[in-house]
Amino acid sequence: MKRFLIPVALFAMLVGFLAVGLRLDPREVPSPLVGKPAPQFELPRLASPDQKFAPLDMKGKVWLLNVWASWCVSCRAEHPLLVALAKQTTLPIIGLSYKEVRGDGEIDAGKIASGDELQLAQKRANAWLAARGDPYTLTALDLDGRVGIDYGVYGVPETYLIDKAGVIRYKHIGPVTREALDEKILPLVKELEK
Amino acid sequence: MTNGNAPKEVALGHPCGIMKILIAVTLALFVTLAQGKDAVPMAADEAVEKRMVAISDELRCLVCQNESLSGSHAELAQDLRREIRTLIKQGKTDAEIMEFMVSRYGDFVRYRPPLKATTYLLWFGPFLLLAGAIAALVVYLRSRGRRIAASAESSETTLSPEERRQAEALLKQSEMNESENKR
Repeated sequence: MKRFLIPVALFAMLVGFLAVGLRLDPREVPSPLVGKPAPQFELPRLASPDQKFAPLDMKGKVWLLNVWASWCVSCRAEHPLLVALAKQTTLPIIGLSYKEVRGDGEIDAGKIASGDELQLAQKRANAWLAARGDPYTLTALDLDGRVGIDYGVYGVPETYLIDKAGVIRYKHIGPVTREALDEKILPLVKELEK
Repeated sequence: MTNGNAPKEVALGHPCGIMKILIAVTLALFVTLAQGKDAVPMAADEAVEKRMVAISDELRCLVCQNESLSGSHAELAQDLRREIRTLIKQGKTDAEIMEFMVSRYGDFVRYRPPLKATTYLLWFGPFLLLAGAIAALVVYLRSRGRRIAASAESSETTLSPEERRQAEALLKQSEMNESENKR
């Protein structure tokens, strides 16, 4: 009897390890920024580039920072959810347009004059939002991705939940899903808004 | 997917794998052509470049996760290499640059993770497994030795005089058969 128990126990252990291991996504790198103050920046707003947006402007509010780009296919998948969220709740969603022009592999960024890049990014981002709805309180333009580096962005879309004191409380990598919203983000928002 | 550039939104640039090797080989073919032209003087940047490569060798590319930052063609890797160059030019030390990367992307970016509470299992896990395996081996060998000794002992005592006679008869018989065969 004991002789059979050992292989069975070993097999059960293997199944246990696989059950956990196969569910882990190696792409999901835990962000060291969770629990730290959101990095400061000042970027032009999509609607009026002369005006700047800084995370400090959101002090006292719980808000989402959603990193997106028009060339990002997954952003297209998550967008309807953000549009619905903006309609249902008062939670401000700030868009961070990440490398709108340079990030698009189909554009040779070297051929675009720096003055034109802003205009082109504006045109592309606005067209995208016009076609799919604009859930954002406002969108800030991170043309060169420098702010993205400060936020540890390594794939688009990524979404950050930031509390009233400006501390990052949660980071979602990849498209926001209904489950992530219902199980993680919204309960956390409720707690933080108290 | 809805269009041809599907992998891009996650990969932020070139896809990993075979395409990249093909591109690398193609580019390598052009190296000899490129050498025909005058070399661009880059003495000032050479030191920076060397340090940048040394640092980025220690860092993981977040997009193609099994590649180092220095060897990756992913767009984010290019951005980060540019960032490292800037930091070097600002006079930052290697440790400061490492800290810059770790504070943004976590210990995961380092190919040599630091020794601390959360990484103890990572560092000592293999030795723990080895110790466990050795302990299991010792336990097994001991019980096996005991079992063999016990069975040797018991077989000596349990053979009845009748059985012993039978066994000896059998042995004798086989000896006779053998000697007949030899003839």
